Amino acid sequence: MATVIDSSDNKSFMPDEAAFKRGLAGRQTRGRVWQIFFVASIVIALLALLALFFNVVNSSFGLVASTFQVDPDSIVEGGDFAAASTEELAAAIVRLRENPAKVLVRDISAVPTNEFTTRPLNDVLAGRTVPEGLGELTINELTPEQLTSVVAANVSRDVLLTYIADDLVGEDVLETFPLIDSLFNRGTIEAFVLEEFGGEEENIEVYFRSWLRPSFIVTKQSSDPIATGVSTALLGTVWIVGITVLVAFPIGVGAAIYLEEYSTPNNKWANRFARLVETNIRNLAGVPSIIYGLLGLAIFVRALVDITSGSFLGFEGNGRTILSASLTMALLVLPVIIINAQEAIRAVPPSIREASYGLGATKWQTIWRQVLPAGMPGILTGTILGMSRAIGETAPLVVIGASTAIFVDPNGPFSSFTALPIQIYQWTARPQPEFRAVAAAAIIVLLVLLLLLNATAIFLRQYFRRKLQG
Amino acid sequence: MATQYEAGVSRRDIANIRATRDAKTTIFKRARPGETAIQTFLIFCGVLSVFTTLGIVYVLGSEALLFFGSGAVDLVEFFTAPRWQPQAGEFGIMPLISATLMTTIFAMLVAIPLGLGAAIYLAEYAPERLRATLKPILEILAGIPTVVYGYFALTFMTPLLRAIFGQNTVSIYNVASAGLVMGIMILPTIASMSEDAISAVPRNLREASYGLGATRLETTLKVVLPAALSGVIAAFLVGISRAVGETMIVALAAGAGPCILYGANSNCFQPFGAAETMTGHIVRISGGDLSYNSIDYNSLFAIGLTLFVFTLILNLISRYITNRFREAYQ
Repeated sequence: MATVIDSSDNKSFMPDEAAFKRGLAGRQTRGRVWQIFFVASIVIALLALLALFFNVVNSSFGLVASTFQVDPDSIVEGGDFAAASTEELAAAIVRLRENPAKVLVRDISAVPTNEFTTRPLNDVLAGRTVPEGLGELTINELTPEQLTSVVAANVSRDVLLTYIADDLVGEDVLETFPLIDSLFNRGTIEAFVLEEFGGEEENIEVYFRSWLRPSFIVTKQSSDPIATGVSTALLGTVWIVGITVLVAFPIGVGAAIYLEEYSTPNNKWANRFARLVETNIRNLAGVPSIIYGLLGLAIFVRALVDITSGSFLGFEGNGRTILSASLTMALLVLPVIIINAQEAIRAVPPSIREASYGLGATKWQTIWRQVLPAGMPGILTGTILGMSRAIGETAPLVVIGASTAIFVDPNGPFSSFTALPIQIYQWTARPQPEFRAVAAAAIIVLLVLLLLLNATAIFLRQYFRRKLQG
Repeated sequence: MATQYEAGVSRRDIANIRATRDAKTTIFKRARPGETAIQTFLIFCGVLSVFTTLGIVYVLGSEALLFFGSGAVDLVEFFTAPRWQPQAGEFGIMPLISATLMTTIFAMLVAIPLGLGAAIYLAEYAPERLRATLKPILEILAGIPTVVYGYFALTFMTPLLRAIFGQNTVSIYNVASAGLVMGIMILPTIASMSEDAISAVPRNLREASYGLGATRLETTLKVVLPAALSGVIAAFLVGISRAVGETMIVALAAGAGPCILYGANSNCFQPFGAAETMTGHIVRISGGDLSYNSIDYNSLFAIGLTLFVFTLILNLISRYITNRFREAYQ
């Protein structure tokens, strides 16, 4: 029996002291080496995160070498045309490009194109502002000053600005440079640009460009990297996420309440059914997002096209709408919301429920007035997690056919749409480096949006917690 | 006292008690249409998730049936043909699966050792304060949208690989870059799940090990890790499942156009070459002009079904392992 240890046997399994000490040193070294590996794992993960952020920032700002048809600083006096008045802008356009200025007027005129130059201004601008004394003249008889007054009185400042930025300046990016090079090697870059393009191009300017700029956020999408913006995509994302939450939040919380509060009656079948639902939700959480895209394509875009295209309300178009995207996303984030809401509801102490029943409340009164408010911080956290997922998901939207060539902002659930991650995908996939820079700027917008959302989550959690305690 | 009281209970008392009880029951059983309606709605919410699953199975299944019923391809050909070229009427899914396998292997080469290493460090080595800082940072990594990782792979990892291994060896779109970045993306998932499993190992196991003179490393590797093995393996499987289903990274960085598995010009299994995965193919084709009811359209669902089955099996095994071994040490 092993209980009695013969001292002579000890030698067979206990090493002598010298051997033990030698072995110990080795064991401790091994421990240190492995510990370095464990620390390195974390460090590598953190470095990857840093590299990712650095890479995005590095591409969003930096020098660009561009050619211009017209030097943007010479357009208005003082240099900054974005700050100029409508009159100054109109005068600049008339001075530099007289015919396009007339086209701007034609675009808002109701008369047919071929009669535009032959009819007097009173006809051309019927119902609009005709400066005094010019009503009988045709547009070709105006002096530049008179044309300026006509343009300034009728064409909006936004249109003038867009025209100047897109067509008049005619900026064409030759090369973009990352931030770090731009900061530390400006001289080399300028020499490089001069050598590379100096012989063949005129009006080259190397300047520091921040691709992420206020106008980038409020400008509509355009096929020109210089003039494009994310407002179309941003609005698309906001619409999609908004409707997704409207659909997924009540259903998700409802399912969680059912599973946590109603699913444990003594009925064997009801119990089995609840188990089935629960297992099913856990499995749905692991289904790749692209599969949801295929589901949405077949069900929402095709089978339910009458509903999702809005044709039952008289809208026109196909099923590739914001509504289809939102419903697909709602199915995608439901498991996230349900699982988190379940945990939040489970964490509410039973004593609260019993106290409520004890006062004669019904089951629903107890849930609505006691359980839900107590579980609200956790439920909201889960919902915001789901929203974050909906904001970042790209694959399902591409599959259900988000269109990328959308240049008007979406205005309702039945609009066709694009979204921020789709735009990032499309811009990244293009070979031109300036689109990479635009994609990087859009990534920053996306990440900031996610950050704001998570900050809201933390704030709401604190708010509800304080409210419960207070 | 009690017996005296019991003895003194008269028939009338019992009748009274009965009456009160019956009255209570009637109150309790009074019909409450509002409550019933709400309960019905809640059940509907639960049922909706079952319908989602049924919907997925139905949609993938029926469209895949149309695909196989079209006569363009049979099941054997589907799993053995060396090419996926819809224009040429060749539908062999193996090239797509091989690319998925490649990216997944690369991802796991990064995510498993680093994720497990990070988990062990957080659970066994890191001081409480450091751990409280590091965990949220890892969560940031997990919360970044995958399209951003795709951008990272294409504009950072690929140039890095090309600088290391040479411009001629590494093509612009390559499997290795996509796989490695995918590994970084999955790392936090594996780290977080493994850390939960390791932290759940009871303290007394560690103390017993220390008491026997084991070093921290020996305790970790020979006592704690085996005890947490089921949870750790479940984490690996979830990681693999995510890698298989991951889309945007491969769509951006791994290249367009399926490789050729065998025969002339076969080019699968080249880590630095381009190859299209199952997910990458679905996204590329559906992003273009796709007419409904075409064989291309149906083929996407056949790929989707294959993908769904793969990930479902992985997730089911993972859940089985977690449930089966959950209470082994409690």
